[in-house]
Amino acid sequence: MDILLQQIINGLVQGSVYALVALGYTMVYGILGLINFAHGEVVMVGAMIALAAIQVLLAAALSPLLVLLLSVLLAVAVCMALGYSIERIAYRPLRHAPRLAPLITAIGVSFVLQNLAMIIWGREYHSFPQLLPNASHHIGGAIITEVQITIVLIAILVMTGLMLLVHRTRLGRAMRAVAENQTSASLMGVNINKVISTTFMLGSALAAIAGIMVSANYGVVHYYMGFMLGLKAFTAAVLGGIGNLRGAMLGGVLLGLIESLGAGYMGALTGGILGSHYQDALAFVVLIAVLVFRPSGLLGERVSERA
Amino acid sequence: MLLALPFLTDELLGRGWVRILDFALLFIMLALGLNIVVGYAGLLDLGYVAFFAVGAYTYALLASPQLGLHLPFWIILPIGALIAGLFGALLGTPTLKLRGDYLAIVTLGFGEIIRIFLNNLNAPVNITNGAQGISQIDPISIADFYFSRSHEILGITFHSVHQHYYLFLALTLLVIFVSSRLQYSRIGRAWMAIREDEVAAAAMGINTRNIKLLAFVMGASFGGIAGGLFAGFQGFVSPESFSLMESIMILCMVVLGGMGNIGGVVLGGVLLVVLPEALRNGAGPAQQWLLGKTLIDPESLRLLFFGIALIAVMLWRPAGLWPSSTRRRELEAVDGVAQQEQDTVYDAKH
Repeated sequence: MDILLQQIINGLVQGSVYALVALGYTMVYGILGLINFAHGEVVMVGAMIALAAIQVLLAAALSPLLVLLLSVLLAVAVCMALGYSIERIAYRPLRHAPRLAPLITAIGVSFVLQNLAMIIWGREYHSFPQLLPNASHHIGGAIITEVQITIVLIAILVMTGLMLLVHRTRLGRAMRAVAENQTSASLMGVNINKVISTTFMLGSALAAIAGIMVSANYGVVHYYMGFMLGLKAFTAAVLGGIGNLRGAMLGGVLLGLIESLGAGYMGALTGGILGSHYQDALAFVVLIAVLVFRPSGLLGERVSERA
Repeated sequence: MLLALPFLTDELLGRGWVRILDFALLFIMLALGLNIVVGYAGLLDLGYVAFFAVGAYTYALLASPQLGLHLPFWIILPIGALIAGLFGALLGTPTLKLRGDYLAIVTLGFGEIIRIFLNNLNAPVNITNGAQGISQIDPISIADFYFSRSHEILGITFHSVHQHYYLFLALTLLVIFVSSRLQYSRIGRAWMAIREDEVAAAAMGINTRNIKLLAFVMGASFGGIAGGLFAGFQGFVSPESFSLMESIMILCMVVLGGMGNIGGVVLGGVLLVVLPEALRNGAGPAQQWLLGKTLIDPESLRLLFFGIALIAVMLWRPAGLWPSSTRRRELEAVDGVAQQEQDTVYDAKH
């Protein structure tokens, strides 16, 4: 049973990261109906900026916790600026263009960010320093590290904050209004451009946090890390019902669990025919199976929830 | 002009560029196949490379020492198209009721599933030889005419790349012909009706499910043909030729060139094969010349410029370089009306 528990813990940790990234996809999709293909690269940029900041600040001999806090703040700020610029340069001019045009610019942005990162930071894997105490706890035979506990806790905190923001504040109401109907919202005095920019900045802030989480969990940073992560997170968003905030969270956690349980048990269940290298395929098979029975995702029907 | 092109390129740019031309033709075929699905029927497919892979592996398995089969080229090609078409139906049947971007992610997932299986089907029974891929594939031949050997015809020496060029050119022209005949046929008009408004199309008596399925199957079989040619031309296939990146590139060709317009798609295919190659050959020397040393890895510089080019072209011409005339008319409609229409479409979709 300890393997089961261990896989569930790993799945929850990975799932929290997916959920944070998926929220970024789903918010943008809810408002613009656009698959923001460059979102995964924002995650990578967040991790890279944090790493660079940590290296500089550690050299200045500050306390580890302060270093972590400052670098998270810096990464979030840089990613918010990046998200704002991406929307401004690549998506806003195409808001009334044919539907696939912004998809292609999104792919272009993704190319640009990935290769800029490769030019600046090189092709090699960078190790991400351990800033939190490296202690671990044993729960019924499974191990959970303090880093993992922190990841899950912060993810819950951030997501609660986002839900409060979307459902309880003036800005959140404006976001929901724009998602519902842009024209009507603008007639009611909502500044659409401002709301859309804010949405991109919020999503990018979540992406930066997720990027730091995933780097802290695995201890490495790489220029290509955003691509697959972004793809998985997008899958999670669709699984939950794209455009739906709770769906993105549910989808993210579910996908994390499915993947980690699949990696642990797939070989045993199929008598060794399908090994754990089919892990990535499993995520997509589950997605297709879910969409066959629920064509708009698990929570996709509650349209009013969209933000 | 088209007939003399390989020899001109050979003289001016070298043999390597004739090979690039061959690939450009293959990708034009792929882009035209995807154009049926995305451009005509309006179904966003992000896993199109799966059908290319199915065609290539069909050829590889039926004409290589891997399974010990050596069927002739002209039998395999239709089989490859057929099997790719079957896979198209396999993908289409469960997913056709999905709308817009849900379909996109499912097709993307399908492409990844196919690639992962190709990568891992070497155990317990070795079918695809895993990540190493299948090599020693029989070259393309018709009767005793081997396209991989040089021939002298009428005093002119035709090398392997030249002969493949003419074969691919002939098939590309065939694909163009079929595409253009399809476009204004009953089926083609049904596809466009579905693209514009599925509910209205159904109300007009179009069997939307079957017609959409047909788009998938036809697009897939074009991909299968291109795949078979690719395998025979390369003599080697491996899963890494069929990554998501390739699907995205093919989609870029269709959208950048001008969705739904054959000329535009052909233009997009040529540009997106030739441009990265030109950047590859240009990025290194240009740095040498400007800075006196290779400061930045030319490969990443090339992709960086490619990304910038994608953004710039789409911002400059949102409907593609050479859009179809219907689409252009839609865009040139009075702004207010266009806006209103878009809002209605937006509402209907959500």
